[in-house]
Amino acid sequence: MSDKPVPNPLAPVALNEAQTERLRRLYGEIRCLVCQNQSLADSAADLAVDLRHEVQLQIAQGSSDTQIKRWLVDRYGDFVLYRPPLQPSTALLWVGPFAALGAGALIWTIVQRRRKRAEAEVPGIGRGTAPSPSTGAPSPALASQANRLERARQLLSHPD
Amino acid sequence: MSRWIRASIPLAVFLLIAWFLLQGLHRNPREIPSPLIDRPAPLAALERLQNLEHHLASASQAVATASLQGSGLAPTGVAASPSVSDGIGTSAPSSSSPAALYAGKVWMLNVWGSWCSGCQLEHPLLNALAAERLLPIVGLAWKDSPAQARQWLDRLGNPYSLVLMDLDGKAAIDWGVYGAPETFVIDARGMVRFKHVGPLSDEVVRGQLRPLLARLGAS
Repeated sequence: MSDKPVPNPLAPVALNEAQTERLRRLYGEIRCLVCQNQSLADSAADLAVDLRHEVQLQIAQGSSDTQIKRWLVDRYGDFVLYRPPLQPSTALLWVGPFAALGAGALIWTIVQRRRKRAEAEVPGIGRGTAPSPSTGAPSPALASQANRLERARQLLSHPD
Repeated sequence: MSRWIRASIPLAVFLLIAWFLLQGLHRNPREIPSPLIDRPAPLAALERLQNLEHHLASASQAVATASLQGSGLAPTGVAASPSVSDGIGTSAPSSSSPAALYAGKVWMLNVWGSWCSGCQLEHPLLNALAAERLLPIVGLAWKDSPAQARQWLDRLGNPYSLVLMDLDGKAAIDWGVYGAPETFVIDARGMVRFKHVGPLSDEVVRGQLRPLLARLGAS
């Protein structure tokens, strides 16, 4: 017993050039359900042959791309399309990456803003670097320390 | 306190991702949800096997059909149609729509083919279900030749109340079939309620089919 259906030669459908072009584009958007990683155009599966024939017939009969896709989706679900439509069940798929990007950007800005505020309130904390003499004006905290040191020195040098 | 909350964020993100990936591990990528569930069963009329082989209607088939009619499992429901009481096919119409024939009944559609090895695997189970007379089982021979289909049924037994031939594969497409065997359950309102892709197993019958039939009130 071979695991192949009885061959059923399907009559070829005559299509003009524009229709053939449409056919090629459509095939690329439709997934073969038997070998899921192949498009309808590439698949040699028996069902793919039947479906290709059906799509050809429908194009010859003047169906629009949307009608043909609708026809397929009615039978095989959105899975048959490589580009699933935007609807509640696929919203996460479409919006997810942008939502993740947005969340990342939001967290980044919040962290940045907090860091800046912390730096403004307590100098030297935000970035964890001690103020060095080369950065110009000493910090008020350091200045008050210096003042006290100076006063102590004066007291020591002029003990009245 | 807030430090603990902050520290647990990466853990939470990890758990979320792990949960999604774990889901993926247990999923069968070949099991595509059917858009037909809870929608009307396709109505396409199909050739009956008997009509395609009227020249060799075997006696065993006649006996089998007669016993099915006696059990009330033979197609009913089409008013004043002589075909429904006819098992052999001499006066039956050339084609039948199972959805019309079994309107008002819970029935099962089993898509098979003599070329399909998975179908052979599940066949004893179908025979057992048919013997139980739980519900009518309609066989849809997908892209099979009448002679080979008959040979298969003679060899392995015929669990089907009605055998229809889908010679060009068009009906299978209407049912969204992509790999035999496939099994559907249609309720009394003609809605598709269940689809199983692949050979039926004891687990499927016990865990899914029987509870569903109990809910649907199949006699």
